[in-house]
Amino acid sequence: MILDGKCPSGPLAEKWDRQRQDLKLVNPANKRKFKIIVVGTGLAGASAAASLGELGYMVEAFCYQDSPRRGHSIAAQGGINAAKNYPNDGDSIFRLFYDTIKGGDFRSREANVYRLATLSNNIIDQAVAQGVPFARDYAGYLENRSFGGAQVSRTFFARGQTGQQLLLGAYSALSRQIGAGTVQIHPRTEMLDLVVVDGAARGIIVRDLVTGKIFSSAADAVCLCTGGYANVFYLSTNAMGSNVTAAYRAYKKGAFFANPCYTQIHPTCIPVSGEHQSKLTLMSESLRNDGRVWVPAQKGDKRPPHDIPENERDYFLERKYPSFGNLAPRDIASRSAKEVCDEGRGVGPGSRGVYLDFADSIQRLGQNAIQQRYGNLFEMYEKITAENAYEQPMRIYPAPHYTMGGLWVDYNLESTVSGLFVLGEANFSDHGANRLGASALMQGLADGYFIIPATISDYLARREPGKVTADHPAFKDSIAEIEKMTNKFLSINGKKSVTEFHHELGRIMWDNVGMSRSQDGLGTALQKIPALRAEFWENVRVTGTGKTLNQELEKAGRVADFLEFGELMAHDALHRNESCGGHFREEYQTPDGEALRDDERFNYVAAWEFTGSDNKPEMHKEPLTFENVELSVRSYK
Amino acid sequence: MNLTLYVWRQQSSELQGRMEKYYAQGISPDMSFLEMLDMVNEDLIKNNAEPIAFDHDCREGICGTCSQVINGVPHGPEERTTVCQLHMRHFHDGDTVYIEPWRAKAFPVIKDLIVDRSALDSIIQAGGFISVHTGGVSDANSFLIPRSDAETAMDAAECIGCGACIAACPNGSAMLFTAAKVTHLAMLPQGRPEAKRRVCMMTEEMLTKGFGNCTNHYECQAACPKGIKVSFIAKLNREFIKAAQLIKEE
Ligand SMILES: Cc1cc2nc3c(=O)[nH]c(=O)nc-3n(C[C@H](O)[C@H](O)[C@H](O)COP(=O)(O)OP(=O)(O)OC[C@H]3O[C@@H](n4cnc5c(N)ncnc54)[C@H](O)[C@@H]3O)c2cc1C
Ligand code: FES
Repeated sequence: MILDGKCPSGPLAEKWDRQRQDLKLVNPANKRKFKIIVVGTGLAGASAAASLGELGYMVEAFCYQDSPRRGHSIAAQGGINAAKNYPNDGDSIFRLFYDTIKGGDFRSREANVYRLATLSNNIIDQAVAQGVPFARDYAGYLENRSFGGAQVSRTFFARGQTGQQLLLGAYSALSRQIGAGTVQIHPRTEMLDLVVVDGAARGIIVRDLVTGKIFSSAADAVCLCTGGYANVFYLSTNAMGSNVTAAYRAYKKGAFFANPCYTQIHPTCIPVSGEHQSKLTLMSESLRNDGRVWVPAQKGDKRPPHDIPENERDYFLERKYPSFGNLAPRDIASRSAKEVCDEGRGVGPGSRGVYLDFADSIQRLGQNAIQQRYGNLFEMYEKITAENAYEQPMRIYPAPHYTMGGLWVDYNLESTVSGLFVLGEANFSDHGANRLGASALMQGLADGYFIIPATISDYLARREPGKVTADHPAFKDSIAEIEKMTNKFLSINGKKSVTEFHHELGRIMWDNVGMSRSQDGLGTALQKIPALRAEFWENVRVTGTGKTLNQELEKAGRVADFLEFGELMAHDALHRNESCGGHFREEYQTPDGEALRDDERFNYVAAWEFTGSDNKPEMHKEPLTFENVELSVRSYK
Repeated sequence: MNLTLYVWRQQSSELQGRMEKYYAQGISPDMSFLEMLDMVNEDLIKNNAEPIAFDHDCREGICGTCSQVINGVPHGPEERTTVCQLHMRHFHDGDTVYIEPWRAKAFPVIKDLIVDRSALDSIIQAGGFISVHTGGVSDANSFLIPRSDAETAMDAAECIGCGACIAACPNGSAMLFTAAKVTHLAMLPQGRPEAKRRVCMMTEEMLTKGFGNCTNHYECQAACPKGIKVSFIAKLNREFIKAAQLIKEE
């Protein structure tokens, strides 16, 4: 099947306005008759639920944390982009659009990205009006910084806690609606299934994580805002509870999954310290503005860093990419770090690390200046490693961080299941094969505040409210299935814990479907994952019962889905015989080791259709057309 | 290193709880406190016992989910550190460690170390926001905010809503939490129009949810992993008195 993204026609800059004119509206008096489910209350979900509630729809929102304020958006540090051009340094909507398309290695839709760049400005206005305390200069104006190698200063930030402040802004808007009664909130509630009746999304099945009760909720439309799937690698910068379950179960019900192999490995994370490691911590990318990345020139050099003289150090990013140097894009910086470690030149425990050295900047600018810029990061680094990065270089290593792939959606954010909309990191749109820094917060909020309120009305206006209720047999069947699955988990009583399986899956994924991929490695993954999954269903041990709060049971459901989803990722990575952005195939590289895209054969979105847990999924294509930018080879040399 | 743990176990809010003894063996100083508990839990699972339930998510000190009283101190011995960011190198071989849930009237225990903190959300729902609709707002630079005001607002806005301040307070008061939100919004011009209503509504909600009064112990500030200051409570009181006075006059 050839998928149609349903992008409006007309000049790029007018598409969104034209679309808005064409979208139908719901009569204000009818809005309260329509019920909308929003799953997830991170930036995408909280902004969507708040905005839809304000419009007068009946909204029910769900999240697995104990409060909607805790979605993992809260952990974003660096900032959020907007094309305000406040510093007058030559930024524009087109430039932000172009940088984002290029950063994504020409694997995203022009129309979507242009809309995102346009809305970026409205987001900043909205956040400020809500009271988000962005950094200001002495005259009281908003401050900007350059981030992630951008040549203009377009990043807005609130100290090192931009995600927290934006989420608290959206959460406060949501709280206002909860107080007003337009949004009903269900914290500590996990979505376990999507209910589809006659081809349309009609509701969800959830588990109350406190009482264990499995129940359903019916609605006229469902919005999934459930975040990314980087935890398929076990270790990532995501929260412990981040999962693919909601998206994956929607996939099983007919929503296509697009580009699952596009994952982002962030170059600046604190390296793994041992087997006990449960998650990885990001050190903001902004550190690369003042830190120099190096390893010893000699293999196996175990001397402490300050004993290694300048001429025996290899500043490999500066050497390979003289013009961008330490600011080379994430995918490139990550792969280079892996290469030098593979060569045996890595540092720290297990030799999986590279130095990020501030000595030169401290000498040039003084320790005070560095402390002012990055004090909180140095403190965090010291808490975790007990090392003082003012005195010795930090050690960093790449870690899974963000997932560009996600459920396929058209320009209206509607998936292949009608009435199922997908927002934020959970969808595949806008970032192509690689996301630029400070652009995920922007996308989640554009989706939630501005796009979904416009597009969902068009869907609802064509329908009668409340047509299907939770009495429909499809809901009962789905509940029965989930209960059966729960009982199955609890009855296997095998020998290995859920975490052990997750850890093993993570190793398979990291080794074979991680930073660089090859036909052989992917073949290995495609053998090992089904075998591990089979073992899981015979040998996992889930303690406790389904009738109370049971964290092992929660994990079991999530890991069961990762065990299927990992295979889907491997299929996608294997079929894409090119390297682009975060997807690097060893067979497809230039003589000097750079990603080699194949626009002739792979200039499309790969959207996978579920055909059974043990069957190969079927691929459908959405061809990508570029009318406003020329496909070029990214060069950061 | 090896530790002896006494951990609060409670099946559900209706049933009684008690401290139980566990051994944590072969603990590496590089582990976080929660990774140490993960290890204890993996052992419990091996022995077919139910693992200790505790709240956590980001494990990087920002989401405010983790919540344990360690040796009588919310979030444990390190200053300005959440439990998830506390590392085992701050403990010694042979130590005995007591681990309990947040204890406050407004935070009923759900299971083991997990409590119900939804009362904090209710306080925000009562008025911890600026009533702005999506869209139709003016350009972000149309409000000029003196840098020092923006900085104070940010100091207050850093609160992660974990509830350690309430767990630390002998009265179970939510004054620091509420004061942080009131101050954050009151410092900004956008927040002024609703300031009166906000402080009254939030304070009232705080009292109806079973939080106690503030009697200036300052335990909240000492326990706060983000260093939120008690001076914000003074700000809340000023805002409250102003609001009450104006409402009376009106
Ligand atoms: C450490 C870190 C730093 C980052 N820094 C930046 C940055 O500086 N700038 C930037 O632009 N981006 C950054 N990103 C990326 C960005 O933060 C995320 O992509 C974005 O916040 C995702 O928002 P979201 O709303 O889609 O999902 P999330 O915020 O992850 O929210 C997911 C929501 O879904 C709910 N949920 C999930 N599964 C279920 C289920 N099965 N049932 C019910 N509810 C469920 C959760 O409870 C949660 O509320 C960073 C990411 C990380 C991890
Ligand atoms: S788990 Fe998020 S703050 Fe501790």
